[in-house]
Amino acid sequence: MSRKQRNRRPAKETRRILTPEGVALEVELAERGDRAGAVIIDLLILFGIMILGSIAIAITTGWANIGHFGLIVILLLIFALRNFYFMFFELKWQGQTPGKRRLGIKVIDRFGRPLSSEAIFARNMMREIEIFVPMGIVFSSGSAGVSGLMQLFAFIWAMLLVFLPMMNKDNLRAGDLIAGTLVVREPKVLLATDMLEANGAAAGALDAYGFTTAQLNAYGIYELQTLEELLRQQGKDAADKLRTAGETIIKKIGWEDPVLPHQMEAFLSAYYHALRKHLEGKLLMGTRKTDKFDTGQKPPGTK
Amino acid sequence: MASVGTKSFQFRQEREEGWQQLEQLVLQAEKKGIRSLSATDVFELPHLYKGALSSLSVARSISLDKNVVDYLENLTTRAYFLLYGHQRPAGRAFARLMQFSIPDAVRSIRQEFLVALIVTLLGVMAGFFLVLENPEWFYTFVDRSLAGGRVPGASAEDLRAVLYPDKNEIEGLNIFATQLFTHNSQVGLLAFALGFALGLPTIWLLFTNGTMLGAFLALHYEKDLLGELGGWLIIHGSTEILAIILCGAAGLTIARHYVFPGKLSRMEALATYGKKAALVAFGCILMFLVAGLLEGFARQLVTSDASRYAIGLGFLVMWAIYFLGMGHNRPDDAGEDEL
Repeated sequence: MSRKQRNRRPAKETRRILTPEGVALEVELAERGDRAGAVIIDLLILFGIMILGSIAIAITTGWANIGHFGLIVILLLIFALRNFYFMFFELKWQGQTPGKRRLGIKVIDRFGRPLSSEAIFARNMMREIEIFVPMGIVFSSGSAGVSGLMQLFAFIWAMLLVFLPMMNKDNLRAGDLIAGTLVVREPKVLLATDMLEANGAAAGALDAYGFTTAQLNAYGIYELQTLEELLRQQGKDAADKLRTAGETIIKKIGWEDPVLPHQMEAFLSAYYHALRKHLEGKLLMGTRKTDKFDTGQKPPGTK
Repeated sequence: MASVGTKSFQFRQEREEGWQQLEQLVLQAEKKGIRSLSATDVFELPHLYKGALSSLSVARSISLDKNVVDYLENLTTRAYFLLYGHQRPAGRAFARLMQFSIPDAVRSIRQEFLVALIVTLLGVMAGFFLVLENPEWFYTFVDRSLAGGRVPGASAEDLRAVLYPDKNEIEGLNIFATQLFTHNSQVGLLAFALGFALGLPTIWLLFTNGTMLGAFLALHYEKDLLGELGGWLIIHGSTEILAIILCGAAGLTIARHYVFPGKLSRMEALATYGKKAALVAFGCILMFLVAGLLEGFARQLVTSDASRYAIGLGFLVMWAIYFLGMGHNRPDDAGEDEL
């Protein structure tokens, strides 16, 4: 239980969102890879519908000998799809598109307010600029009606907009910036049956061990919660880990009675409960002992 | 991991029922959509959510049971996503956008609109007078591929031929026009997007767009075809040029509020005014569609100057009524978003 282990979750980027009720909730930021993947899935679906729809219209109108009219309908179809596909799904599925749903990410308001329809319209209108205008500039140089220096400038600018999510820590794209939104990972479902009813050892055995205040002062909250994780662990090497941890604790607190291997879990469970009761008691008095190094003598302001 | 007898255990026991009730509702809503909840459940949901949220605050400060804190954190976040996610059905959201949000956004950027309009007019004047003075300027302002044979030295008949297309050529022309509509909307969107670059390129783009227009006007003025060109332009131009100017104004809005965020932070200013600007730009995309249809069909079919002016000015009046007159009493957001 060294200090190094404290950063156990380096890959998980979280942000605090302040709810309108004034409570800060932690949300996990969607990774760039997931977001790119979601866009690719959506664009594939989008182009798929465009192509199939165009073929269907071409065949029908060609058969009816009004092919010219069909071409206009196809242009309108493409227009409608590329403008409304993302908007429609994000409005309907609470900030998710088929691609986002597949990858388990969703759009929320960055400032903790309700996600408004306007924000959804605004962030998806920007796709026109982030995806389709750069495509137009790249694929049809010269036809954008601007020329020379302006063309180059537009190109650089379009690329800047495209790569904007790589350049800020919240992975915001231009649409997120102006709509005030954030794309987060959907929280995975934790069920009460897993979390609340996992009552460890029987409560009756707890009185078998008595700990002195000095023995309970040896550890802090960080160690308590690590012990909790260990006790809840199930697996092959769980017993081994418990024994190692138990031996460390026995040495540290100077526990003199012998603890046999099969008693180890009961002993640790008893120590856990005693320690927790002790630390929670101190918490109510306003003392928070964060870990075993915390002697309560730190300068104020540092946690 | 219950620790019998501790305060945190009692705390948990007393509230557990409410949490589990909330969990049931959230799970159902996540699986089958929030509309699958009964009226009583929908009524209960915010109360249960607020209860769990306050439990979380308390648990964070008094409970050392990591599982309970994690569980509550997870539960309230999911409930929060549900309650503060987007609630309005897509159709109604769209109706509201057209009816209230877009006109409202357009009205809120009228100062920038004025600037964009003046810049465009200056461009027109510059293009007009420079080309009158020396026709060679024409090639500076107008891309040859867009001119379509209308260059200095072209005869009045040539110019007239473009203005009043032969009915037999209509087929090919209106496809060309529909493509043109994509070109012009690109200029507009670019003007908007360049607003992010603090607005100067937007002003340049508006100005050069103006000079192009001015150059065409000068060309036709010399051949005494100004009135006819006006009809040819205004039938869709009233919509299209207005949309380009609005796009430019939206771009300028972003630049302005990014540079001078006022009391807000830069990020908040961008989120507040950027949203308005994007709604204006979205309205412009729809205007470009209308302009494209007018250009593709109406202009090719209607060849009398009087009707061209009537249609063009009619649309201008219609846009003015829409942007200035509609959506003054937007229903409050909070009232509708509350479950």
